[in-house]
Amino acid sequence: MHQFTWLIPVLPLLGFLVIGIFNKRLPVSLSGGIASATVFLSFVISLAIFREVQLQDSVPERIVLFEWISSGDLQIDFSFLIDRLSAIMLLVVTGVGTLIHIYSIGYMHHEQDHARYFSYLNLFVFFMLLLVMGSNYIVMFAGWEGVGLSSYLLIGFWFKNTAYNDAAKKAFIMNRIGDLGFLLGVFLIYTTFGSVNYKEVFDGARNFGMDNPAIVAICLLLFVGAMGKSAQIPLYTWLPDAMAGPTPVSALIHAATMVTAGIYMVVRSNVLFSLAPYAGEIVAIVGLATAFFAASIGLRQNDIKKVLAYSTVSQLGYMFVALGVGAYDTALFHVITHAFFKALLFLGAGSVIHAMSGEQDIRRMGALKAKLPVTHFTFLIGTLAIAGIPPFAGFFSKDEILAVTHGHSLVMFTILVITSVMTAVYMFRLYWLVFYGDFRGTELQKTHVHESPLSMTIPLIVLAALSTLGGFIGMPEIFHAPHILKEFLAPVIWKASPHTASYSFEYMLIAGSMVILAVIIYLTYSNYVKRKQVPEADDQIPSGISAILSNKYYVDEVYDTLITKPLNALSDFAYRFVELRGIDALVNGVSKTLTNLSGVLKFSQTGYTGGYIFSMVIGIILILVLSLMA
Amino acid sequence: MITLVLLFFPLLAALGAWMLRKESVKVYALVSAIIELGICAYALQQFILDPAAEALLVDYWWIKDLGISFHLGLDGISILLVALTNLLTPLIILSSFRNNHTNSGTFYALILIMQFALNGVFMAMDGFLFYIFWELALLPIWFICLLWGGADKVRITLKFFIYTLAGSLLMLLGLITVYLHTPVPNSFSVDALYAATLDPSMQGWLFWCFFLAFAIKIPIFPLHTWQPDTYTDAPTQGSMLLSGIMLKMGLYGIIRWMLPVLPDGIAAWGPTALVLCAIGIVYASCLALVQKDFKRLIAYSSIAHVGLIAAGVFSLNMQGLQGAMVQMLAHGVNVVGLFFIADIIQRRMNTREMQALGGLAHNSPVFTILFMVILLGSVALPLTNGFVGEFLLLNGIYQYSAAMAAVCGLTVILGAVYMLRAYQKVMLGEPHARSAEFTGLDTSEKVVLFSCALLIIAGGIYPKPILTIAQPAIEDVLVLIQDIY
Repeated sequence: MHQFTWLIPVLPLLGFLVIGIFNKRLPVSLSGGIASATVFLSFVISLAIFREVQLQDSVPERIVLFEWISSGDLQIDFSFLIDRLSAIMLLVVTGVGTLIHIYSIGYMHHEQDHARYFSYLNLFVFFMLLLVMGSNYIVMFAGWEGVGLSSYLLIGFWFKNTAYNDAAKKAFIMNRIGDLGFLLGVFLIYTTFGSVNYKEVFDGARNFGMDNPAIVAICLLLFVGAMGKSAQIPLYTWLPDAMAGPTPVSALIHAATMVTAGIYMVVRSNVLFSLAPYAGEIVAIVGLATAFFAASIGLRQNDIKKVLAYSTVSQLGYMFVALGVGAYDTALFHVITHAFFKALLFLGAGSVIHAMSGEQDIRRMGALKAKLPVTHFTFLIGTLAIAGIPPFAGFFSKDEILAVTHGHSLVMFTILVITSVMTAVYMFRLYWLVFYGDFRGTELQKTHVHESPLSMTIPLIVLAALSTLGGFIGMPEIFHAPHILKEFLAPVIWKASPHTASYSFEYMLIAGSMVILAVIIYLTYSNYVKRKQVPEADDQIPSGISAILSNKYYVDEVYDTLITKPLNALSDFAYRFVELRGIDALVNGVSKTLTNLSGVLKFSQTGYTGGYIFSMVIGIILILVLSLMA
Repeated sequence: MITLVLLFFPLLAALGAWMLRKESVKVYALVSAIIELGICAYALQQFILDPAAEALLVDYWWIKDLGISFHLGLDGISILLVALTNLLTPLIILSSFRNNHTNSGTFYALILIMQFALNGVFMAMDGFLFYIFWELALLPIWFICLLWGGADKVRITLKFFIYTLAGSLLMLLGLITVYLHTPVPNSFSVDALYAATLDPSMQGWLFWCFFLAFAIKIPIFPLHTWQPDTYTDAPTQGSMLLSGIMLKMGLYGIIRWMLPVLPDGIAAWGPTALVLCAIGIVYASCLALVQKDFKRLIAYSSIAHVGLIAAGVFSLNMQGLQGAMVQMLAHGVNVVGLFFIADIIQRRMNTREMQALGGLAHNSPVFTILFMVILLGSVALPLTNGFVGEFLLLNGIYQYSAAMAAVCGLTVILGAVYMLRAYQKVMLGEPHARSAEFTGLDTSEKVVLFSCALLIIAGGIYPKPILTIAQPAIEDVLVLIQDIY
């Protein structure tokens, strides 16, 4: 099967080219069809490769396509690495990717410019696959920046809208800040290990002691990259704005795949991070802070996509906490379940928005349960999964993160529990407001509300099934079932997490969370459904904490004041004063002084440049003549 | 022999162009540039087969008493820049097809003379010959800027001319000094100059003689103020020649005529030069942020990009120098593409003020895509030519100093900021009241932009040939520097 591996990224690339070239000559069924088919074929090959990797005694396979950049002893091949880690990520990317492509056919069928949309979407999948499959940090970086480009193109897909364009630009630039960290990390990797290939780097690192400064620095620099891509404090503010893109894009890029690239990168580099517990501690703290603050912002958002966006930021924070405490497989477990239920929730939100003729404000929704039965039911499953209710997928992975964090630090554990409570609150608030209560939209919207077509509901159903069953690949010990994922990933994780929860703790955790969730569901139900509370309108100025949350802790404003505006002002100052009145004025002054001083030589310093050339040419000719005579 | 043909063919073609004062001179110039490209391809092939081939070498005495010879040669560094010159010239000529210049015979003749001089600069293996070509290259471009430039051309071109000429005279002074210290009998040949015995303190001031000349040409902060005015005011083809090829003369000069000749001078002052480069990168990027004229923005971005190249050269290691080679080629292609984009917009909309533009993406999808690809090359996205160069350069600088790499690396962020801002202002947003005037591309425009886009992607995916050709020559340079330490 390995001889077909190269096709996995190449197929979506071909899709991108074909759709891009034929562009508007293609009907939506064909542009969407080609795009979906290429990703689906990649999925099929990935499946075959997965089976092979699973059966074989996991020897990582390195596939070199060609020599890419070589300079002195720096050798970078364009090459792929197929091992258990990339194999499982391939399945997630192409699997969820296929579903979202199919969904897009229904979602974008009104769109004139659908070919551009599908070509970008295929381009994204191509780069994401490069990121996952690369066998060195540079191929990963190619994918890493490429998904940033696709994200930029898709956030700003509706490019008439200036706010959308700004959001796209912001996403690209914030990612670039992280990317500089990533690049510097790669340079340090090269100077430390003399290679950028995973194999050589990790083999070399195994000879290093714990907390070697170079390795700690590498980990922190790589983590700066992860902060950008995976939207962690302080580089997270682009992700909520990225919701400007079409909703399936939010599902694919800004929930299920691209934003988890940072987690994948850390898991891939787990040998390095295992050697740098200090770096791990920082990763965990940043992840924890992000999880907590993003969830608290989510409590007060009224745009259905913004709630989910902050939820994504928060869930990514969870994953980084797991990484920070050294539970790499646990983090990847949450990547997988999150891909299922968050894609499901976004696509569900898309279905709601589609039904409501583009409305995104949950204050103007309500009572959609009867009108959108499939969307409602699948959305409910997604909500149960993210809230962590057994036996849905999110329960198992979140439970595991809580358990490993408990083994690491009680404070972190407590904060994560509080965050889980907030997660359940904002999700059920969203759920009740959208599907229960009274319909609060316009009359026109009311007559128009309809369930989405099959191309949209089938992906919802598949994702709902995955969100229901997906957690069983990682059962906690008390169920006496094997932890399939942990065993599968064992060969690619150098040092397994030291933390195992006791049975009594597990029981308490499960029982406790069930009770708390039951209370939250009841309270939110009575508030939003029974008492029909609706969040206040925007003209009601909130006060106190609620004002801070509604305004997202004023982080955008702070960045604007501290970075954007000073940079522009400083640049403007530099241009007006340093450049024009400083350096340039000095240069002009020097030449003026010289001309004034050279009054005696005025007849040669005519300032008429032709004269200079003339004398030069004469000089050259003289030399030529002299040489001929000699 | 082939080297002589390669050198003199454009000069002969220029003569023809000058006499052919007709509309058809455009086509004539293009054809001759394509023939020259063919000759160059043949030379390149010969070089790849055998880098030391006799056919590539020309060495006659010119002024024997003074040890001056007509010595042309090609090594990995030269051949790549010769290839860049002869690859860009047809594109530059083709980019002028929509313009109707007065005195078009002279205009194209000057471009071809420029091509001749540039080829000479990159092939000369004699210090004096190098200097002759170096000065010769200034004349045609000065005429192009003076005769076909914008409103303020007289003042701007005078400043440009005097500024670069002042630098050149310093270089001449330095060159003669080095010559006087070559093994007896004194000679200007490259090997003799490399073998000159110069004590460290003398190398110190010689460093500044050469560095100022090259730094003005490149230009490196703070010697850059002639550049934005000149690039902005010059006719598009002039800007392309200046930024695409001519500024590489300065970078090439550092690699060929400074590093091996003045290793002690470099050891003493190279770090200072590197700091200037780093300041220039950040400074020019910030200035690019506040530009309103798109062409002027390209000019400032170019200062930042070449500053990075020069910084890589002064990091004095394999990655830094190879990055410099790759990026010289990449920058040449990208900046020609960008200047042409500015020209296309200017010709259709009669303005380059970004504030007055917007929404152009609605009218020309092909133009939009090509602009995007060239932009991506310029911001060094992986799988474009810009990435290979920038990655190697920053890697080289990192090995010299991690902190310096972090400062120079700000170009990764700032480059994205000013380019995306410009792209958004020009291309995106609601269709503008006048954006309907933005008609689709014609064939000549498409060929130029497609060529740039293809070169950008090909160079990003498969830079290996460039790296392979450059490596041995750079190793030679590095050996010459290392000998001293």
